[in-house]
Amino acid sequence: MWDQITLLFKDYTFQIVALGTGFLGLLSGAIGTYATLKKESLLGDALSHSALPGIGIGFLIIQSKELTGLLIGATISGLIATAIIQLMSKKSSVKFDSALSLVLSSFFGLGLVIMTHIQGSPNAQQAGLDSFIFGQASAMLVRDVRLIAIIGTIIFLLVIVFWKEFKLFAFDSDFGRTLGFSGKFIEFLMSTMIVLTIILGLESVGVILVSALLIGPSVAARQWSNKLGVVLPLAGAIGFVSGISGTIISSIGNRIPTGPSIVVVLSIFVIFSLFFSPERGMIVKRSIHKKQQKNFMKQIKSLEKEHGK
Amino acid sequence: MEEQKAIDIHQLTVAYDAKPVLWNTSVAFKKGKLTAIVGPNGAGKSTLIKTILDFIKPVTGQIEYFVGKQSSEYKEIKNHIAYVPQNSTVDWDFPATVLDVVLMGRYGHLGWFKRPRKKDKDIAKEMLVKVGMPSFSNRQISQLSGGQRQRVFLARALAQEAEIYMLDEPLAGVDMKTEHIIMDLLKELTKKNKTVIVVHHDLQTVEEYFDEVIFINQEVLNSGPVSSVFTKANIEETYRQDRNLGEEEDT
Repeated sequence: MWDQITLLFKDYTFQIVALGTGFLGLLSGAIGTYATLKKESLLGDALSHSALPGIGIGFLIIQSKELTGLLIGATISGLIATAIIQLMSKKSSVKFDSALSLVLSSFFGLGLVIMTHIQGSPNAQQAGLDSFIFGQASAMLVRDVRLIAIIGTIIFLLVIVFWKEFKLFAFDSDFGRTLGFSGKFIEFLMSTMIVLTIILGLESVGVILVSALLIGPSVAARQWSNKLGVVLPLAGAIGFVSGISGTIISSIGNRIPTGPSIVVVLSIFVIFSLFFSPERGMIVKRSIHKKQQKNFMKQIKSLEKEHGK
Repeated sequence: MEEQKAIDIHQLTVAYDAKPVLWNTSVAFKKGKLTAIVGPNGAGKSTLIKTILDFIKPVTGQIEYFVGKQSSEYKEIKNHIAYVPQNSTVDWDFPATVLDVVLMGRYGHLGWFKRPRKKDKDIAKEMLVKVGMPSFSNRQISQLSGGQRQRVFLARALAQEAEIYMLDEPLAGVDMKTEHIIMDLLKELTKKNKTVIVVHHDLQTVEEYFDEVIFINQEVLNSGPVSSVFTKANIEETYRQDRNLGEEEDT
């Protein structure tokens, strides 16, 4: 087993894929922190699901699997879907959650229709296009990893430069606007970062699971710290480790897909954190509750005794 | 002798989706006074202060702001107005300490990119002392009670060291201790010639706490010193059932 892993780390393809999924986990973990704090994690889910028709239409237009073209298509259809959701929940009587699930599933359905149509077409290029549904990290190329690294670095620089402003707007955007910061600009930057992160994850993790990568790490990290300056890097680290471990699992096993493996590892992190974290964990909370109950019962009993006498 | 104005509103009409909320409203807020905005639910109290804060663009009308001698536009004096939103508008499980939140009041002075310095931290700590929470600096904000949250928000506004303070129902759901701390601090501000504007829901305490009162129900019905304007007739007129033109609104 150990030999297998060391051998694996020497494998060039594995190095590329692990680097790619690791970076991706790091990026989406850190940026996802803002999405969960702004309560926009569901919007991320809608965006990724509704990226599918864009990928299909992008392929139909350029007739090749050129990643940039497909991702542009994905971005456009994802943004159209989120715009429709916002519009429906604001201007019509449909509530936000209904609008969200309605748009999400109809775009996803449309995506499946287009994908099936493409599969039936004679274009030989189409093979493997459907991997966008569950993701196929093993198809990652060096230039894909480079793309993730470049965009990731830009995003991290933005986070460092606008740290104070992002924190302010994630907590209280109304108040932020009254301080003289351009709310539109900050909100635009934050949404763009979140959208780019999701789009980058589509190829390797797939439209269905990519939002787990966005939400999971920050939910787990939040359990361990009360400081944004710790939660955000920790979420990145959890994403990074999940990405690499998921890739190892799928490389060692036989025909185990990478995206789902990453999400399973991530879920273990989340479950562990929810139960065992020292301050917010469910086990600690339960034992505190029990202790309080015991003390309370003792007090009642001693009172009863006094009155009995 | 005419009193100085802090904010002068001329014929303001505000609408949400073509539904008018405030009609042809003209009113002035006096400098150095503690003013209550009073009216029933859906009367447009929050709308008025949100329009003053430029969250909502009015359909017609102008608002003049006086920080120095001359009238200015909102953009120019943004930093001189401190806003205390209702504390239910944010997520208190946000990973931040009390000091983090109060420091946000300094962000406007810092401008883009610059990080808070020791001087800003000192000011933030000083404001925490003022609201009676000096030992809470490093407390996680999710552990605060409703009254403490409101005091943290007030401390954040105080850290702005502004000229005009606008508070949206700061006394809603707070304990007596907090209510007294908040009102004492607001009074202290007006003694330094700062202007304080409060959306207020409790008619019982208007006479005790405020200098000026503005009655509002889709339009400004009466305004002036509490001693002369806060009368039974004016209250009844503002809260009359049929004022809303038969339409029931909720905020």
